[in-house]
Amino acid sequence: MKEYRLHALICAGTGCVASGSLDVKEELEKEIVKQGLENEVRVVTTGCQGFCERGPIVIVQPGDIFYQSVSKKDIPHLVEEHLLKGRPVKELMYVPGPEEAPVPTMMDIGFFKHQRLTVLKNRGRLDPENIEEYIGFDGYRGLEKALAEMTPEEIIREIKDSGLRGRGGAGFPTGLKWELCRKSPGEIKYIVCNGDEGDPGAFMDRSVLEADPHAVVEGMVIGAKAIGTHKGFIYVRNEYPLAVKRLKIALSQAEEYGLLGKDILGTGFDFSIEVAQGAGAFVCGEETALLKSVEGKVGRPRPRPPYPTEKGLWGKPTTINNVETWANVPAIILRGAEWFSSIGTEKSKGTKIFSLVGKIKNTGLVEVPMGITLREIVFDIGGGIAGDKKFKGVQLGGPSGGILTEEHLDISVDYESLTGAGAIMGSGGMVVLNENDCMVDTARYFLNFTQEESCGKCTPCRIGTKRMLEILDRIVEGRAEEDDLEKLKTLAEKVKKYSLCGLGQTAPNPVLTTLRYFEDEYKSHIEEKRCPAKVCKHLFKYVITDKCTGCTLCARNCPTDAIEGEVGHMHKIIQEDCTKCGTCLEVCPVNAVEAVDNE
Amino acid sequence: MKKLKIGDLEKIRDKARRTSSLRQNKARARVTVHMGTCGIAAGARKILTALLEEVGKKNLDDVIVTTSGCAGLCSREPMATVEIEDKPPVKYVDLTKEKIKKILNEHIIKGNIVKEYALAIGSERTTLK
Ligand SMILES: Cc1cc2nc3c(=O)[nH]c(=O)nc-3n(C[C@H](O)[C@H](O)[C@H](O)COP(=O)(O)O)c2cc1C
Ligand code: SF4
Ligand code: SF4
Ligand code: FES
Ligand code: FES
Repeated sequence: MKEYRLHALICAGTGCVASGSLDVKEELEKEIVKQGLENEVRVVTTGCQGFCERGPIVIVQPGDIFYQSVSKKDIPHLVEEHLLKGRPVKELMYVPGPEEAPVPTMMDIGFFKHQRLTVLKNRGRLDPENIEEYIGFDGYRGLEKALAEMTPEEIIREIKDSGLRGRGGAGFPTGLKWELCRKSPGEIKYIVCNGDEGDPGAFMDRSVLEADPHAVVEGMVIGAKAIGTHKGFIYVRNEYPLAVKRLKIALSQAEEYGLLGKDILGTGFDFSIEVAQGAGAFVCGEETALLKSVEGKVGRPRPRPPYPTEKGLWGKPTTINNVETWANVPAIILRGAEWFSSIGTEKSKGTKIFSLVGKIKNTGLVEVPMGITLREIVFDIGGGIAGDKKFKGVQLGGPSGGILTEEHLDISVDYESLTGAGAIMGSGGMVVLNENDCMVDTARYFLNFTQEESCGKCTPCRIGTKRMLEILDRIVEGRAEEDDLEKLKTLAEKVKKYSLCGLGQTAPNPVLTTLRYFEDEYKSHIEEKRCPAKVCKHLFKYVITDKCTGCTLCARNCPTDAIEGEVGHMHKIIQEDCTKCGTCLEVCPVNAVEAVDNE
Repeated sequence: MKKLKIGDLEKIRDKARRTSSLRQNKARARVTVHMGTCGIAAGARKILTALLEEVGKKNLDDVIVTTSGCAGLCSREPMATVEIEDKPPVKYVDLTKEKIKKILNEHIIKGNIVKEYALAIGSERTTLK
């Protein structure tokens, strides 16, 4: 048995691979050999650590030393100092603020300290392409317990008692869904894992599949036993090649070890899983559309009922759950419903993964207990608003969600509280906005997305979202009439009420919540033709003030030559030629360029 | 790979646990070999290698072997510090391969400090988590 002294864990998630982690790994291995450490230090590649923004990330164990933005040229120094001499390298550590000391250990970094990892517990500590590592960290013990000691009814009872609810958006109780499907008449049944993840900017499910694919597989085998099915599908977006690759490796290893396929663990239970790759349309994430797509047909939604638990794939009873939902299952079976339900609030149990992005200091993927406040997520984990700007709001739940404000910072993050405030838990997108974000423009952005993704099957969604978008266009361009606001509200309510599927039913949410909390901002656009955040290009202009030293930098950088002036003299923007690209504002060394309202 | 049966997972788990124990935070003892410039010159690498071999041979999955920089006592190198859960750290000086093996067997496995090689007990405070 070979004993290593140190493990160097290098992140090979999509984010870190994009920032060059594979080159760093190669260099690391070379340098380790050069220093004669190959029998002492083991290099392990892991899945996403959630802090991709700081990638490539390297963690050295034992000691939990966290290195960020590691490049090839840092490696010789890192290997000699830390791996050979045992002196952690400060220059590569996380620094919380300009005057603050570097933080050596991962769990002392605010971003990680306030998280609670249950679904993502294996992220970044094991090699997702090696089933034995997963087994070493208690993997497949839940399955063993479910198959050896529990009846299907007992498994379902455990999931019901745990309080687990769907993580794909709607929060339907998972145990109940399984029970409905189990009780549906019919010999042939199916289970499906929804890994479509169409929300722009979201990557929770991708990360789970990349970092811990066996958790999803194990969850599905347990579910299959409980529901009484022998065939499952995992639907993954085409845009997730690494997730698909890791998943396929996991499936073939599980089969090889007798944890999938025929006679699982010698108990006589058969279950196999197939990977289905998705076309990438947002609507394909909706369950009825997704099932059509798995059948090889065009992914379009149909009215429910009948629900998939009655008539799903090829008309057979089908349970469809989100990636994160499935990944929660093994730990619930292994550690018990009581353990799981001790985390979270009365009606929302366990943890939720969010992809935290926007105008905050630390962006990334975070897992938090239900019941945490938005304030803790934004300020303790996210490190607060970047720069010296003011917090303005949080957009939750992607295009189907809503925007909450300062006054909601202390509400509990759980299904009921978020819905009550007009947002949704959704699948876990969280975009933090600051004073430079225009709420009308943000609402327009999301509506534009859903409008383009509307499959066109039903009129309220197809036409309604288009009309709404036209009104928003008028508002941001300063062409709106007084009664447009009323029209927008009425339309939004109608689209919400009469659309066929969840896409249309939720598409108005960003508009409705911004109308509810930021009506003033709409009014400024309509009545005063003014964009207070200076985002809507038709409603403000850039001017050069007398701070200008005549350095010519803006004029040289302006893409449309809209700036005139002599060296050493004040410059001027020719408004007709200006495209409002904002370059001059950015490059001016003396902040002489300002955005002001149109007269 | 023979297909697993109920109960077989335990064996893989044991084996895998050993290779990943560094990441499981469940160490009982930690040995730190000081690897400053003078430590390396005095032969600390050899001590480290001998120690790792021995730990591997004996399958001690709850013992962590690490390195650290200069301990500030260059004349007594090679040096190592042994920390056992809940006990003050012990520093050993003027080490050889034989001495470190004896320390492993006596102190780390059986819990008896090897007084004749020890420099000081409790000279620094770093507790194991
Ligand atoms: C337009 C639309 C898009 C959706 N996209 C996803 C998605 O990407 N991933 C997902 O898991 N659920 C998505 N859903 C929710 C699914 O329809 C379904 O409720 C979910 O997969 C059920 O799993 P759960 O109970 O585990 O949450 C979407 C729903 C709608 C209406
Ligand atoms: S960059 Fe600024 S200071 Fe220089 S000419 Fe332009 S506005 Fe003036
Ligand atoms: S905003 Fe862009 S286009 Fe307009 S003046 Fe500045 S650099 Fe030129
Ligand atoms: S991919 Fe490395 S931290 Fe996300
Ligand atoms: S280098 Fe070891 S005591 Fe100085």
